[in-house]
Amino acid sequence: MRPLSASPLDRRSLLRGAALGGVGLGLAPWFPAWAQPVSAGIVAPLPTVSGDDITLTVAHQMLTVDGRTSHAIGINGTVPAPLLRLREGQTARLHIVNELDEETSLHWHGLLVPTQMDGVPGVSFPGIGPRSTFTYEFPIVQSGTYWYHSHSGLQEQLGHYGPIVIDPAGADPIQADREHVILFSDHSAMHPHAIFTKLKKQPGYFNRQPQTLAGLLRGEDQPLADRLRWGGMRMDPTDISDVTGATYRYLVNGHGPRDNWTALFRPGERVRLRFINASAMTILNVRIPGLSMTVVAADGQPVRPIAVDEIQMTVAETYDVIVTPAEDRAYTIVGEAIDRSGMARATLAPRAGMAAAVPPLRRRPVATMKDMGMDMTGMGGAGGGVIDLSAPDGGMAGMAGMDHGAAGGGAAGAMSMKMRDPANAPGVRLGPGVQTIAPMPVDRTGEPGQGLEDAGHKVLVYRDLVALERNPDGRAPGRTIEVHLTGNMERYMWSLDGQTLSEAKDPIPMRAGERVRVTLVNDTMMNHPIHLHGHFFELVTGHGDHSPRKHTVNVMPGGKVSWDVTAIPGDWAFHCHFFYHMHAGMMRVVEVRPFAGVAA
Amino acid sequence: MKLLLLAAAAIPATALPAMPARAQSTAPALQQAMPHTMAMPGMAPAATPKPAAKPKPALPAPRRRAPARRAAAPAGAAPDAGAAHAGHAMPATAAMPGMAMPAAGPASAPGEEDHAMPEPAAQAGDSAAPTGTDQPAGTAPPPPIAHDRIADRYYGREAMAAAQAKLLGEHGGMVFSQLLFNLAEYQARRGGDGYRWEGEGWIGGDIDRFVVKTQGEGGWRGRVDSAEVQALYSRAIDPYWNLQAGIRQDFRPGPARTYATLGVEGLAPYWIELTGALFLSDRGDLLARAEGYYDQRITRHLVLQPRIELNLAAQDVPANRIGAGLSDAELGLRLRYEIRREFAPYIGISHDRKLDGTARYARLAGESSRSTSVVIGIRTWF
Repeated sequence: MRPLSASPLDRRSLLRGAALGGVGLGLAPWFPAWAQPVSAGIVAPLPTVSGDDITLTVAHQMLTVDGRTSHAIGINGTVPAPLLRLREGQTARLHIVNELDEETSLHWHGLLVPTQMDGVPGVSFPGIGPRSTFTYEFPIVQSGTYWYHSHSGLQEQLGHYGPIVIDPAGADPIQADREHVILFSDHSAMHPHAIFTKLKKQPGYFNRQPQTLAGLLRGEDQPLADRLRWGGMRMDPTDISDVTGATYRYLVNGHGPRDNWTALFRPGERVRLRFINASAMTILNVRIPGLSMTVVAADGQPVRPIAVDEIQMTVAETYDVIVTPAEDRAYTIVGEAIDRSGMARATLAPRAGMAAAVPPLRRRPVATMKDMGMDMTGMGGAGGGVIDLSAPDGGMAGMAGMDHGAAGGGAAGAMSMKMRDPANAPGVRLGPGVQTIAPMPVDRTGEPGQGLEDAGHKVLVYRDLVALERNPDGRAPGRTIEVHLTGNMERYMWSLDGQTLSEAKDPIPMRAGERVRVTLVNDTMMNHPIHLHGHFFELVTGHGDHSPRKHTVNVMPGGKVSWDVTAIPGDWAFHCHFFYHMHAGMMRVVEVRPFAGVAA
Repeated sequence: MKLLLLAAAAIPATALPAMPARAQSTAPALQQAMPHTMAMPGMAPAATPKPAAKPKPALPAPRRRAPARRAAAPAGAAPDAGAAHAGHAMPATAAMPGMAMPAAGPASAPGEEDHAMPEPAAQAGDSAAPTGTDQPAGTAPPPPIAHDRIADRYYGREAMAAAQAKLLGEHGGMVFSQLLFNLAEYQARRGGDGYRWEGEGWIGGDIDRFVVKTQGEGGWRGRVDSAEVQALYSRAIDPYWNLQAGIRQDFRPGPARTYATLGVEGLAPYWIELTGALFLSDRGDLLARAEGYYDQRITRHLVLQPRIELNLAAQDVPANRIGAGLSDAELGLRLRYEIRREFAPYIGISHDRKLDGTARYARLAGESSRSTSVVIGIRTWF
């Protein structure tokens, strides 16, 4: 453990001491200090969750959110799990004590660990059996904001997740006077298996904002002609989130919107907020009305600072932002569910007990033809290079469509606009689990995310992200792997290339050290956060050797995303991070050989 | 307790992508870097892109220190000679007109941007070859599949085989079941009230299921007019349709009958739930049934369900008082209130009509061939 005197956090420790003066009483003991309802910020590492030798005990517990108590799984008695504060260059030894009567596991999301330490039962290890212990040990070779969670069954939904902050070996390129971890999650009193079975029986079960006849008469949502057209296609444009505020509370650091977890600052300070979306199923629109946020890191990796007003955080992403609240007033941190069925809320305030106005939920989005991969502006691009600059996204979609047309080797006329044409995805097995194949998927990395097209302020888009450092591997990819994200909303089936993990007998093979371009094509009408374990990949968003490095990327409905990756030996889980999609089979193993570890 | 000591050496050095170099002595504090970065291409609201503009560093020159651990990477990567400009070589597309992000005006920038604005906005990669992810991908073939598990080497083949089997079962191979009563109602009508039910249960996975269906009706005072149960194997044959085959057993009317059943069930365009089935009895009689309903959501909780059911016969079946042709029809309109999705009381009307030969059989038996009922019931599933 590093000596305290060397800690760059000392000054902040002092600040915290001062700030905590009046609020030290009444802290609920079942939350770690950094997640107390009034938090002075994460400044002092807790002895139990820092250092080279850490014990984490996984057990059932109760969790009270907004006054309602429900069952949860926590670690060391807390939900979320304790903050793991590590340091680049150390070797972490993590002893997991499983006090559950079922198997558990911990996956270190975004950490570059040896494959056998990655924590996916059945892929990287056998899991941690009931009432047993397991020790993970791996070198910490990176820094930044990450998180950890169970990869067993649907445990993650029950609270089995926590933040990781890794301090760089030297000085942090991101300087701040103070920092707070803001970990978002979705929590339900309903057991995750009950949620999953309800989705299997009635996929729209949790959608409490469907289009209705009353809405039509009021002039809301789609006009009649569109409703008929979409009905003819058997597609529901209000299917934005599978699991919604109908059963979820959206939490910040384990606290509901009424609990109002509060982070403290002093006016004029540079405050670093480490946002983590640890939700099982919820994409969140994160903003702080009245404050501009300067994004300085994405998925733990520093990026060139970019000032934004709102970030759509897909599941499992992390963003570090700097805010500089100058006024002596409270600000509301809003994490609005993408389908606007609820919000996570916390407060950023100079003193405890303050609150700012909470903005109302905005109207939920309605999917468009573009979300089905039937973007006509893209057709224009493919046909004659005509780019529609009047499009709200500045023509990027049109350009992307052009790319696609070129890559597909056909002019617009050659492309089928049918909803489920095998010719548009030769590698996909067209079974009952594939409802649609996007005929014209486009690169949507220049778009602000579903429902934020008209936000009226600057929303972060993937193309804004530029790595602060040059990418470690600047080689051109030797080949391309196209992976289709497929599903059938009517049967609640989710898969990759039309096959669930159960059905697909083969992994995705890669050569150790090879540079590969992976293109994800979203044939469904929903967003999918796709995560590759054990790697960072560089998004192909036009930034050359300063491409943003990520471990999870959102693929918009009807969209596609490409990234380049350098394969690291091992067996790596590769899946949609919507936990119920993964559970339904939207997962594969990426097999990288040869492996030079211990002999077989 | 299993203690796994892992030597760092077990990870091949080439395996780990080098982390971003953090040469601390030169690392820019972000406060300093920020004003400059405000000059990034998409950020400049009005600057005209100048493709030939001399690139000016937006950040302190990228550290030349090649990441040591990358040494083994084939073809090393981007020549270091280009490193000085590497940070600025924007892909051609990024400098194209029309690409400036409209929303990224200075309004949203922090207060320090003033002296940053004069920086040139466009950096059009001074004719350098594309770098990094801007390069096109090659066409190398994929490697063969190894068909092994690395984790076997650490945890043993047996443990991993069991864990993998569990993983596969849990990720797409799960079994579910449901019991649904679309109709369970009291029918008030002239000439004696009655009741009616129609429900099904299933168990299985996404594709293959075992289905039990039942329907029937009767008079309130103990008389069951019709009752049947079907036991079917159901297989998903496309995104919306299931093929179903099995047997149907009738208990009423008349003598008990057994039929072989073949049908389809699914979701038609415009969200219409349809079922069609053929029934071949143990006496060689052929019957058919078509059924459809549509749930019109009026409000979040209020749903109107028009429903139609038609029964047909290829021949007269006197023992069961069924005439050839269209034998009977039900037209229903039910308005339900979903207290929960699983529990929805409803009211409605149901018009039942026996036709042609079947109607004649009814009249001969002194029964009416048509009836209209006010119905009250519960649609429920669990």
